[in-house]
Amino acid sequence: MAWQTLTRPLRRHPVRPPDSGIARRKSIWERIHLDPWLLGLLIVLMAGGLLVLYSASGQRIESVVAQAMRFGFAMVVMVFLAQLSPTTFLRWAPFAYGIGVAMLLAVEIAGDIGMGAKRWLEIPGVIRFQPSEMMKLAVPLMVAAYLNRCQLPPRLKDIVVCAIIIGLPVVLTAIQPDLGTSLLVASAAVIVVLLAGLSWRLIAFVVALLSACVPLLWMNMHNYQRQRVLTFLDPESDPLGSGWNIIQSTTAIGSGGLWGKGWLEGTQSQLEFLPERHTDFIIAVLGEEFGLVGMLVLLALYVMIVGRGVWLAASSQDTFGRLFAGSIILTFFIYVFVNVGMVSGILPVVGVPLPLVSYGGTSSVTLLAGFGILMSIHAHRRLLPR
Amino acid sequence: MPQRRDTLKNSEQELRIFRVRALLAVLVVITLTSLLVGRLAYLQIVQHEIYTTRSEKNRVRVEPLPPNRGLIYDRNGVLLAENRPTYNLTLVRERVDSLEDTLALLVELLELPEEDIEAFNVRSRQRQRPFQPALLMSDLSEDQIARLAVNRHRLPGVEVEAQLLRYYPDAEVMAHTLGYVGRINAEELRTLDAGRYAGTHFIGKTGVERFYEEELHGEAGLRKVETNARGRVLRELGRTDPVPGENLVLTIDKSLQTLAYELMNGRRGSIVAIVPATGEILAMVSTPGFDSNQFVTGIDVVSYRALQEDLDLPLFNRSIRGHYPPGSTIKPFLALAGLTEGVVTPDSTINDPGYYQLPNDSRRYRNWLRWGHGRVDMERSLAVSNNTYYYTLAHDLGIDKLHERMSGFGFGQRVAHDVQGESSGLMPSREWKRERFNQAWYPGETLSVGIGQGYWQITPLQLASATAALANRGHWVKPRLALEIGDELVPHDLPNTLDDIHLENDAWWGRVFSGMEKVISGSEGTARRTGVGLEYRMGGKSGTAQVFSLGQDQRYNADELEERLRDHALFMAFAPVEDPQIAVSVIVENAGGGSTHAAHLARAMTDAWLLKDEAPNADDIKEVLEEDTANVEGD
Repeated sequence: MAWQTLTRPLRRHPVRPPDSGIARRKSIWERIHLDPWLLGLLIVLMAGGLLVLYSASGQRIESVVAQAMRFGFAMVVMVFLAQLSPTTFLRWAPFAYGIGVAMLLAVEIAGDIGMGAKRWLEIPGVIRFQPSEMMKLAVPLMVAAYLNRCQLPPRLKDIVVCAIIIGLPVVLTAIQPDLGTSLLVASAAVIVVLLAGLSWRLIAFVVALLSACVPLLWMNMHNYQRQRVLTFLDPESDPLGSGWNIIQSTTAIGSGGLWGKGWLEGTQSQLEFLPERHTDFIIAVLGEEFGLVGMLVLLALYVMIVGRGVWLAASSQDTFGRLFAGSIILTFFIYVFVNVGMVSGILPVVGVPLPLVSYGGTSSVTLLAGFGILMSIHAHRRLLPR
Repeated sequence: MPQRRDTLKNSEQELRIFRVRALLAVLVVITLTSLLVGRLAYLQIVQHEIYTTRSEKNRVRVEPLPPNRGLIYDRNGVLLAENRPTYNLTLVRERVDSLEDTLALLVELLELPEEDIEAFNVRSRQRQRPFQPALLMSDLSEDQIARLAVNRHRLPGVEVEAQLLRYYPDAEVMAHTLGYVGRINAEELRTLDAGRYAGTHFIGKTGVERFYEEELHGEAGLRKVETNARGRVLRELGRTDPVPGENLVLTIDKSLQTLAYELMNGRRGSIVAIVPATGEILAMVSTPGFDSNQFVTGIDVVSYRALQEDLDLPLFNRSIRGHYPPGSTIKPFLALAGLTEGVVTPDSTINDPGYYQLPNDSRRYRNWLRWGHGRVDMERSLAVSNNTYYYTLAHDLGIDKLHERMSGFGFGQRVAHDVQGESSGLMPSREWKRERFNQAWYPGETLSVGIGQGYWQITPLQLASATAALANRGHWVKPRLALEIGDELVPHDLPNTLDDIHLENDAWWGRVFSGMEKVISGSEGTARRTGVGLEYRMGGKSGTAQVFSLGQDQRYNADELEERLRDHALFMAFAPVEDPQIAVSVIVENAGGGSTHAAHLARAMTDAWLLKDEAPNADDIKEVLEEDTANVEGD
C-alpha cells in the first residue's frame, strides 16, 4: 500500500524538511491530479473491451480504431476535468443543470427524432447531441451542490427541493421517451440523496409508494416498453420477435461454458445470431468466447474500479466531493449491473451499454468525464481546520 | 461563505453518515455482483449443455439434397428424357424483410412485366413448409443471373438455385407415352413421403414418368451446413450423398414411334405396335401430340387453355383412353370364338343375300355390299369382311358366350402391365346393360356387337394386345413399356391376368390367319391395295367404325358428312404370319374406311420393323396415300 502512505495526508506546502524522506514529497500523480490505480484499471478495462469489440464487430479493425480514438478523446476530457478544482464544479452546478434542463425542453419542442424517440438536439453542421446524456452528470452534480449547503442528514424541506431538482429532468427525459436514461439519471441523483443520509423511514415510505405506483406506471407505458417487460418475464412467448435478443444472448453466454469457445470462435456472435452484439449485448460475446472465466475477470475489474472509486469518495474531505464522487462511482456500477443483468436475462431489456466496453462514443465520454471529476475531487484535497 | 461554515460545523457527523452509507453501498455492490456471478455460473456451468445444443441448432441446418432423376432411354439407347441444368429463382419468405418490396425489386431487376408480381405473389405463398424456398421463376437467363448476383445484398432470402430440369428431346412424339414431370402440387405434398421428397420440386404426372416415379426418383441425401442468422450457408459440415434414380430402358423403338407419329400426318388417332411374343410395346402414339416440356417449367395459362380447348384434344391419350367401336377389326376374334364354342367350323358356310334377318323380325341387318357376297366360308368372311356371316355367328353364339370369349382377349379390361391411366374400354354384356340402363338385352344388339358396333368400345392398346395374343396362337402376354429398370431386365414372364386361348384343333389358327392374309393379299381382300409388293406374310383386318348411325335404308356418303361425323378408320395386323414379330393397331379418327385409310399405316409399320432400312420411309408412304383418293371399299 505504498501509494496510500504517499497520498493520505494532503499538504498545501511541503513544510517538512527535505531530509524527512522522499515519501513526503508530492508524487508525480498528485501533481497531475490523477489516481494511478483507477487510471490503470480503466486502461486495462478499455484494452480488454477493444479486444472483445474486435470480435464483436465481425473482426472489423476500423470499428476498433474508431472506438480507440473515442477513448483517446474521452481520456483527454478526463485528464482536463481532473485538473479543475472541485469548487469549480460546485460553482458550475446550477449553470450546468439549468442549461441541461433548457436543452431538454428544446429537444421536446424542436428535437430530432431518431429511433422513434426525440432524443437528439442538433445544430445542423455543428453538433448532434443528446442532452439527456449530459444530465447523467449534471443532475447529481446539482443535487450534491444543493445538499452541500444544507445540514445533513437532510430535512424534509431539503428532500422536497431535491425531489424537484431530480424530477424535472427525469420527467423530461422519460417523455422523449427514453425510460432507460431517465431511470439512470434519477438513480444517479437519488444515490446522492441516499449517501447524504436520507432517513430510513423515508426510504421505506418511498419504496412503498413506488410499489403502489407500479400499476399506474404500467398504464402509462408505451407499447414497446410493456412488450419489453413481458418479454423479460417470458422470452419464449415471442422467440422470433422481442424475445429473440434475450434468447440469443443467454444462448451465447450459456454455450460459452467455463472456458469459452475461444476468441473469434463464438458461433452465436460470429454468425450474427446475437443482435446488438457490439453495442448493448457485447458482454454476450465475451461470455461466449471467453466463458465464465472471462466474465469473472471482467466483473472483478469492475468491482475493483468501484471499490477504488468508493475509497476515493470516502477519503474526500468535503460533503460535496463525497456525495458527487460516491454518486459517480455507484452509478457506474449500476450501469454494469443493469447491462450484465439484462444480457444474462435477469433484468428486462433496457438500452444501457456496458461501460467502456460497448461500442459508442457518448457514454464513454460521460463516464470518463465522471472519472475525471472523481480524480479531481480526490487530488484537490486540502487540510481542513479541526 | 456562511454555508461553508455550516457544513464545517457538521463535518464529523456528515462524514460518519457517509461512511455508513458507503459501506452499505459496497455491501449492495457485492451482493448484486454475487447475483450476477450466480446467474452466469448457472448459465455457463449448470445449463451449459442445454445452451450448447441450442447454439448448435442455431447454426447447423440440415439441407436436403435432391437426387437426380433417372434417365429414360428407348430400346436402342436413344435418350428420351434427360436432365438439363437450369437456374431458378427461389425465395424463403421467413428471411425476407418486406415481401412486397423484394418482389417489386425482382420484377424491376429481371425486367419482367408488372403482371408477374401477382404470379410471384401466388408462388411465394404456395409452399407452406417454413424456411423452405419457394420457387418464383424457372430457367433464368445468364443476363438475369448476373443482375441478381450484383444486387444480392439487397435481396436477403432470395437465391439463385442451380437445378436439373427434365427435358424431352422428342416431346411431341413421346408426349403421351412418356408422360411428363411437373411441379409437386399441394395435394401431392400431403401424400408424399416428406423425407424422400425434401428438396424435390418435380414429380411424374402422367405416363411412364408417373408409373415409374418410385424408381426414377431415387433417394434424397442430406447435408449439414453452418448458416448465419440470415440463413446464408457458410460452410458444409457433412453430407450424405443422394442416390440417383434408376435409369429406365423402354421397349419403345424411337424410330418406329417417330414413324408412327409422322404417318398420322396431323390426323387424330393412334398407332400401337407390340412384339407378340414378349408384349414389348414398340410404339404407342396418340395424335396430335403436344410439347410436354411446357409442363415441366409450368405452362402458362394461355397455352394451357389453347391445348385444353383444342377440338383435336391434343392432351388426350387416345392410345389408352380413347374409346372406339372396333368395327370389323374384331371379326377374327369372333371367328375364333365361334370355333371354340363349336358354332362354326373353318369350312362351314352361309349364304349371304346382302342382309340378315332375325327370326320373326322384319328388320334387315345389312351387309356392306348391298347385293351380298353369296356363299361365304370363314376365310372369305374375313377377306371380304362379310357382315352376314358374323350376324349369324353372333346370333348363334349369343351375347353371354360372346362376352365371355371376347373378354378372354382382353376387351373390356385394363390389359397392360405398366401403362399409367389405362382405360378398360367397354365389353357389353347382359348384366352390364341391366346395371347401366336397367333394360333387358335385345337379340338385335347381339348382331351389332357381332360386327363391332353397338355398345362395344375398345382402346387402341387393347386392339393391339388382342392382335398380339391372336398372333401368338392364343398365348396371352401383357403389354409393357419397361425393358430394363436400373440395370435389371424386366422379366418376360410377368404374371398374366388372362388364360391362354385353346382351340380344339390347333390347325384352325392357320385357317384364321389365312383369312387375315387374304384381307391383304387375296384377290378379294378389302385391303388388297395395301398388299402390293409385300415381302413377307402379313395378316390383318380392316374396320370402319360408325360415328354417325344410319337409318334403316339410308346410304352412306362420306362426302356429304361433316368431317367429324365421318367413320373412324381402323386396322389391325401382325407379321410375319409364320413367326409374328409385330402386332399393330391403327385408328385414324374420321378418316373413312379402314381398308383404305388405316391399312397402309399398318403396312408401313410392319415394313419398318421387319425390313428395317429397306422399308419405305414415311414420306413415300404419305405420297402413296395421297394418290390413293378416298375409294370407299367398305367393310
